[in-house]
Amino acid sequence: MTIADLPWWITLPAGLLLILGALLTLVGSIGMLRLSHFYARMHPPSMGNTLGTGCVLLASMLISSALAGRPVIHEILITVFIVTTSPMTAMLLMRAAVHRSGARAQRQLAMRQE
Amino acid sequence: MTEFLDFAVKFAQLCFALAMTCAAVRLLRGPAAQDRVLALDTFYINGMLTLLMLGIRSSTTVYFDMALLIALFGFVGSIALAKFLLRGEVIEP
Repeated sequence: MTIADLPWWITLPAGLLLILGALLTLVGSIGMLRLSHFYARMHPPSMGNTLGTGCVLLASMLISSALAGRPVIHEILITVFIVTTSPMTAMLLMRAAVHRSGARAQRQLAMRQE
Repeated sequence: MTEFLDFAVKFAQLCFALAMTCAAVRLLRGPAAQDRVLALDTFYINGMLTLLMLGIRSSTTVYFDMALLIALFGFVGSIALAKFLLRGEVIEP
């Protein structure tokens, strides 16, 4: 079976999931570009990354399962990986940002006292 | 109905390209170092999704392995950079 003769009950949900995931990721990236300070910029990409990647990988699983004629679920590996690592990156980056801004405030206070 | 899937894949590729452009602008312009690390994180995930779209279009599984590798090494890079920003060194003695 090639991609040209997939039945409609595979291509319709796969296409809708692809469009939804792409829009979520795009909105997340635009939010990261447009918002005003770092703590506001922190959260749109993590939404786009987890949910958008989940939608796109679900669509990819649907299409490759229909093409192979059997359940192909190795895309779950990427999903599990992204879902477990994205909050870790966000948490560590947030702690780094808090640490750095606190250090800068302390330095300014010391300069003002001298 | 295959035209709809074709349109969806092309639309998703366009969206990911735009998202990568946004991330690249933030990467070049970001006022602090943590902004650049965040932009790099978004950038590699969008690149991985673009590779998956290429895999759907050409209906091979070769691109899947590359996407998995990009996810793995991108995570390692982001964690290393964030640890460096937090502590000043990556591997502590």
